[in-house]
Amino acid sequence: MAPSTISAALLIARKDLAIEFRTRTAFFSAAIFALLGIVIFYFAWDPTAVAPVDLAPGVLWGIFTFSGLLGLQRSFGIEQADRAIDSLLGAPIPRESIYLGKAIANLAFVVAVQLIAIPAVQLFYGVPLLEHAGTLAIIALLAAIGLVAVGTLFSAMAVNTKLAEMLLPVLSLPFFVPVVIPAAQATARLLAGRPTDELVGWLKLLIAFDIVFVAACTLAFPYTIEE
Amino acid sequence: MNSPASATPAYDATPPKSAGGIDWLFLIAVLAIAAALARVIYYTPFEAVQGPAQKIFYLHLPAALCAFMAFGVVALAGIGHLWLGDLRLDRAAESSAEVGVIFTTVVLITGPLWARPVWGTWWTWDARLTLTLFLWFIYVGYLVLRGAIDDRALRARYSAVLGILGSLLIPFIHLSVYLFRTLHPRPIVIKPSAPSLPPEMLTTLIISFVAFTLFYIALVRQRYRLAAERDLLELEEGR
Amino acid sequence: MIATRALGRRFGGRTAVRDVTISLGAGDVLALFGPNGAGKTTLLRMLAGLLRPTEGSATVAAIALPGGAELRAAIGYISHASMLYGALTARENVELAAKLFGVREPRTQAMRALERMELRDRAETPVRLLSRGMQQRVSIARATVHEPSVVLLDEPFTGLDDSGSAALGAHLAMLRAAGTTMVLVTHQIAEGLALATHAAIMREGELVRIDQGSAIDPSTYLGVYREHVTHGA
Repeated sequence: MAPSTISAALLIARKDLAIEFRTRTAFFSAAIFALLGIVIFYFAWDPTAVAPVDLAPGVLWGIFTFSGLLGLQRSFGIEQADRAIDSLLGAPIPRESIYLGKAIANLAFVVAVQLIAIPAVQLFYGVPLLEHAGTLAIIALLAAIGLVAVGTLFSAMAVNTKLAEMLLPVLSLPFFVPVVIPAAQATARLLAGRPTDELVGWLKLLIAFDIVFVAACTLAFPYTIEE
Repeated sequence: MNSPASATPAYDATPPKSAGGIDWLFLIAVLAIAAALARVIYYTPFEAVQGPAQKIFYLHLPAALCAFMAFGVVALAGIGHLWLGDLRLDRAAESSAEVGVIFTTVVLITGPLWARPVWGTWWTWDARLTLTLFLWFIYVGYLVLRGAIDDRALRARYSAVLGILGSLLIPFIHLSVYLFRTLHPRPIVIKPSAPSLPPEMLTTLIISFVAFTLFYIALVRQRYRLAAERDLLELEEGR
Repeated sequence: MIATRALGRRFGGRTAVRDVTISLGAGDVLALFGPNGAGKTTLLRMLAGLLRPTEGSATVAAIALPGGAELRAAIGYISHASMLYGALTARENVELAAKLFGVREPRTQAMRALERMELRDRAETPVRLLSRGMQQRVSIARATVHEPSVVLLDEPFTGLDDSGSAALGAHLAMLRAAGTTMVLVTHQIAEGLALATHAAIMREGELVRIDQGSAIDPSTYLGVYREHVTHGA
């Protein structure tokens, strides 16, 4: 019997992570890109005029968005190289499992970049991010899910167009706005030591975004397959 | 859970009617716009506080409402296309998106023109103006996507997916921008339009809105004919 | 095993395949020839369930097109692209396919499939380090690990040298001997005919000639092909 949607998705995700683990190229470039961005943004502002604590949340989530795009670009690129996507499409598995598998792998990728970027922001900006590790992890995960849900779908679409990777940021970035704003605002509240209920509104927005777009993109994915 | 619907993409192979003749609807729409403008300029009193600048409002608001309507049509036509696989719906989406982007551009131009004398600044991150800016980005991206795909059926399906997701995105952008604004109190500028308009102004606004809607329909119809002729041409070349 | 009736496919305004009617039984091998753009790949992708027909009907392995997962489970698809992940080893690639097809004991079956292609000692080599010919054999192992009753091949000889082509031909002959129904799209007339029980020529989306069995004379077929392809219809 062919595997279920979930087990097929996990097989595909594990395959993607094995490839990434072996080549490591995308992860290294995304991690280095994130570190470079964090450093450059520090010098782009006058630290005596803007306190690092005011700067850090925006930098963290801005950089996170762009480094996430690097991972997403590669996602369907590796399928396209030798038309390996055809072997997935030819397998007796639901189309949705291909989307979910790619999304799970991309989520792991984005979370791994965050695990480097967050301590780096703490180090370079001297802000106590890790003191709020628990809450920050929730914000980061909710933001990552939204980003990956939309980005994985657009990555699948972009590889089939004439513009290929060029198109991904144009399509994705407007969709990242309702992810970056709540994540940055919630992080700013967190760093300012505001009471937790000030975060709740932002977190609700992130959760709603995740639910709507994970569902919508999973349903939409089968339509993005050329057939 | 099988592959999605979309059987044969249906082609409306009949050539568009009266393509060369006078488009009466278009003519009426242009006259309606001219009439509405005449009323705005000559027969509507100045607003006491904002002065003549307020009159741009009679263009700004109808354009914004028509843009929303246009993008709503894009999403509905997209759902219809994915469901039925009918290319006529995709042509409707394509036409409506292009006209919607034009109206959004009008909103983005008239907004700052009005804001400069009234609010004292060309651009402000007002929640509605910000939302309009993002609308513009989403649907310009939609047009870029369309231009990047040669296969007609694939272009239709991808556009439908983006059109639907874009409509889902609008409330989220609105909400996050709105929360951003309300949680970031800024120096108070003059509040945008008062809730109750005097009857003459309201009448002008309604006339203007009707004229804009007519103009929207006329433009989409023209653009649809163009799309139909292009598809027909491709169909003939393919034979 | 494969029966089509007036099968066709349009892409937007362009008609890629039209009015294709063929019938193949178990163990039959159809060699399909034709110039570039004749619609051979489109036809094959339709039979593989990767592309839905816009006209006509077909059954493959007793399942009507466009079949879902059930149809895909009965088919092996091989193209000139290897459809493999270069960073993974030969065994990992084949094992992944085995798992996605729900094969029992995926690792054992993957090794067995590689063995059939005489690649046992290359099982743990990353695919990108293998020669083009070996990659193509891994691809066959990948496409046949679930023992499909129908195998569809799109230009499998492309990019292979003479010895690679000969080795591939021998491996495909083994599949035929095992009773697998195949459709083989190729430019190489000699290699194609060596395997074929049926031969067909496609031109501008249509089948312009079908022969079978003893009616195919390899010594004159090239002339027949040229005549059909260069002639204006």
